Amino acid sequence: MSDDLTRLSAAEIAEGLHASDFSSVEVTQAHLDRIAAVDDSVHAYLHVSTDDALATARDVDARRAAGEELPLLAGVPIAVKDVVVTRGMPTTAGSKILEGWVPPYDATLVERIREAGLPILGKTNMDEFAMGSSTEHSAYGNTRNPWDLDRIPGGSGGGSAAAVAAFEAPLAIGTDTGGSIRQPGAVTGTVGVKPTYGGVSRYGLIAMASSLDQAGPVTRTVLDSALLHELIGGHDPRDSTSFRDKLPSLVDAAVQGATQDLAGVRVGVVTELSGEGYQEGVRARFAESLDLLRARGAEIVEVSCPHFDYALGAYYLIMPSEASSNLAKFDGMRFGLRVEPEDGPVTAERVMAATRGAGFGDEVKRRIILGTYALSAGYYDAYYGSAQKVRTLIQRDFAAAFEQADVLVSPTAPTTAFRFGEKLDDPLAMYLNDVATIPANLAGVPGMSVPAGLSDDGLPVGFQVLAPAKADDRMYRVGAALEAALLDSWGGPLLDRAPVLPVATAEQEG
Amino acid sequence: MTATTVDLVDYADATRRYDPVIGIEVHVELGTLTKMFCPAEVSFGAEPNSQVTPVSLGLPGALPVVNGKAVEYAIRIGLALNCQIAETCRFARKNYFYPDVPKNFQTSQYDEPIAYDGWIDVELEDGTVFRVEIERAHMEEDAGKNTHVGGATGRIHGAEYSLVDYNRAGIPLVEIVTRPITGAGDRAPEVARAYVQTLRDIFRALDVSEARMERGNVRADVNLSLRASADAPLGTRTETKNVNSFRSVERAVRYEVSRQAAVLDAGGTVIQETRHWHEDTGITTAGRVKSDAEDYRYFPEPDLVPVAPPREWVEEIRAALPELPVARRRRLQGEWGYADAEMRDVVNAGAIDLIEATVAAGTSPAGARKWWMGELARRAKQDDLELGGLAVTPAQVAELQGLVDAGRINDKLARQVLEGVLAGEGDPEQVVVARGLEVVSDDGALLAAIDEALAAQPDIVEKVRGGNLGPVGAIIGAVMKATRGQADAARVRELVLERIG
Repeated sequence: MSDDLTRLSAAEIAEGLHASDFSSVEVTQAHLDRIAAVDDSVHAYLHVSTDDALATARDVDARRAAGEELPLLAGVPIAVKDVVVTRGMPTTAGSKILEGWVPPYDATLVERIREAGLPILGKTNMDEFAMGSSTEHSAYGNTRNPWDLDRIPGGSGGGSAAAVAAFEAPLAIGTDTGGSIRQPGAVTGTVGVKPTYGGVSRYGLIAMASSLDQAGPVTRTVLDSALLHELIGGHDPRDSTSFRDKLPSLVDAAVQGATQDLAGVRVGVVTELSGEGYQEGVRARFAESLDLLRARGAEIVEVSCPHFDYALGAYYLIMPSEASSNLAKFDGMRFGLRVEPEDGPVTAERVMAATRGAGFGDEVKRRIILGTYALSAGYYDAYYGSAQKVRTLIQRDFAAAFEQADVLVSPTAPTTAFRFGEKLDDPLAMYLNDVATIPANLAGVPGMSVPAGLSDDGLPVGFQVLAPAKADDRMYRVGAALEAALLDSWGGPLLDRAPVLPVATAEQEG
Repeated sequence: MTATTVDLVDYADATRRYDPVIGIEVHVELGTLTKMFCPAEVSFGAEPNSQVTPVSLGLPGALPVVNGKAVEYAIRIGLALNCQIAETCRFARKNYFYPDVPKNFQTSQYDEPIAYDGWIDVELEDGTVFRVEIERAHMEEDAGKNTHVGGATGRIHGAEYSLVDYNRAGIPLVEIVTRPITGAGDRAPEVARAYVQTLRDIFRALDVSEARMERGNVRADVNLSLRASADAPLGTRTETKNVNSFRSVERAVRYEVSRQAAVLDAGGTVIQETRHWHEDTGITTAGRVKSDAEDYRYFPEPDLVPVAPPREWVEEIRAALPELPVARRRRLQGEWGYADAEMRDVVNAGAIDLIEATVAAGTSPAGARKWWMGELARRAKQDDLELGGLAVTPAQVAELQGLVDAGRINDKLARQVLEGVLAGEGDPEQVVVARGLEVVSDDGALLAAIDEALAAQPDIVEKVRGGNLGPVGAIIGAVMKATRGQADAARVRELVLERIG
């Protein structure tokens, strides 16, 4: 175990706390210090909740000292994406329209985190309303990729991924509508999991696209994701789309994957999610990963999902349609920003228009306009209706593919992290980042991104594992197996190879 | 509002030349304890914005959950209206920006209502039965309530500012939509009124709503169009919104018939629009023009799963349905032996529950009807009250009739006792005692009065003795006067004749 508490995995921290090797206050303070030292350059956090985190840590330490039986992750600090509402803690979803809004309630997953005694370090940066693949659409500035501060950390959950990659938190919460957990995981060399739709409550997630959104873990190890997934998952009566079934143990699956072979496991390579359009180094790492899985006993098969070619198009109709309606509530009437028109009468309609005009960024407006158009009378059938049909076809493709394979795999993202501004003026190029991750959202199946090594440019590559709905355990088993094999081949965690971040002056002097 | 003159055609003339077609949308607020999609409490008259949750305020992140009781109530309504109950149905979002709609969309049902294809028979005042076909009954949530402060009209136009109370936002509603109601002819206003009244009675019988019109528990939108004849295609309709009393429903239909007839007579076309109803002046004025611009961009509500009421549950609800008003009326009429006209009067006077309770308390149906439709109806009319608003209970009426039946008071005294009860002097027995109104049945006291009367009028005594019984009334009258009406006249007569021999 490292002396630096921030280099430990969540499981290691939990173990250390349990053994009283250190206290939660120490480990929480270590992360707060790390944030103070590097977040000026990374900018993963929009809000750091020092007092709140330390109060929780002290409480957990006291309860542990009193001999209380505590949940496994009690005392392990966590960061939460700013799209998740937190009582008494500012929540902006990366938008000016919510600047200064302090929610009066907690999301269900935040309730579960608090009940389990995890100190919440703060809220992480993101593309505005989770709309983007680079976090450049945040109204509060870019988050930088710890591997190269001139590059994007992915998006929309660039803040959560960067926080974990920069050792500013061992655990973070992300949300994934079309890849916003997995793609940032891929480009920052971290693990990101989108659970089965309905597996984690959406109550308290500021919705982008209700039928696609899903919250999940952002961590540095597969085991840590399993631990966090089990903590936040499970039925919630406040979310009608949350399912009641209990998943098989994810932690057991991760342990099994890491310690046993993959004999009898059929791994399906999706033809449509490889080959052309994928960076050479990405393809190379993907191929090597397949070899490692084969070496551990997995059977590699090729499967075709012919309708995946239409996934991006369908997604960019369904997502904006739902978003256009979900974002209607931001109107300056009840909460958040309120802007009155500069001249002319101050009517409700004009206040709404002025507020939305001033409060939303360009990408948000673009999607609201797209969605409003797609739902309009006379266009609904052609756009929203057709997209829903494609969605059904994609679900069928998955069903057929899972007849032939236990899990499906692909590179998580077509490229490694790109430079700031590179795709900002080309929305279509930006949207293509999510080509491999979107099908899972459309079908509601779970997906995971695991680090697969570095591309020729020295930047991380992600390996995606997809499993059938409610069989999240399968991707944990395969993901953990790959992680273990790669650790063996690298001789240590991939993030050990990340450059040392510049440290803030105050910290150096201190 | 600018004073513009609207041409109107005389109603009778209009219906001679045009065939009115009506369509009615009735919204009923369900009497559930909590809202349609969240556990916020619902009760009348609470502090503004005190009955809200993140869901009913539309806060970011909040999600709806369907209120099972509301679904049950909707099914009850659907079954009572002879509808099919959907095996599965969905909610949809109706998108439009307005400050009283917290999410800027209303969660409603669009193409998949919970109940559809029904009918209901409504009875007009003269007993004619008219069948109204129901297209659908669907679930939705109410909006908040805007109050426009400042300005003359109480409408948003000209107001200084507006207040929004979200207590009402999210209250479960069922909206019941009729098919076009044709064939009513000049009785269209009556049919419209009777239909809404029938629904109100059904809501109460089903115990799904307090259904108080004056609180807005039941609200009606009245669509009306005219066509040249019953064979002609449907004309362009107007939708008069928020017509919230039975009388107004009737008046609004009548007004629109006269107004649209004038438009058509002048060679104009009726504009498809919503219209405001003005209770005070009894007229409608133009509201929004309904056009293609009105695009609600409906799509299935992705935050909710389909509602699929199991068939066994639907059948359980059906089996537990209470007796509906029309069936109950028929049963009670049979039990009470009232003639059709008598029963109709009872119904129209709103006396059915009161008579039923009075009969249950032991009074004969004829006796109960005598009081409620006689003396009490007169008093209610005089005081401009509903019968049920009088300060007398069915139990008190039954007690009163009991005193008459026991011979302790006569009908004339009973009216005085009733006066006392209505004046808050207590139960009939107490009033009798307090006012000393009991019939004088002590023969000794009566004989004294009789002897006095006989002594005062010897000539009459002679006539009677001579076999002429006619003038005996004068003696009885004198005795009654002497006993201040508290004597039993029949007994007085007996004693007088006995005394004269």
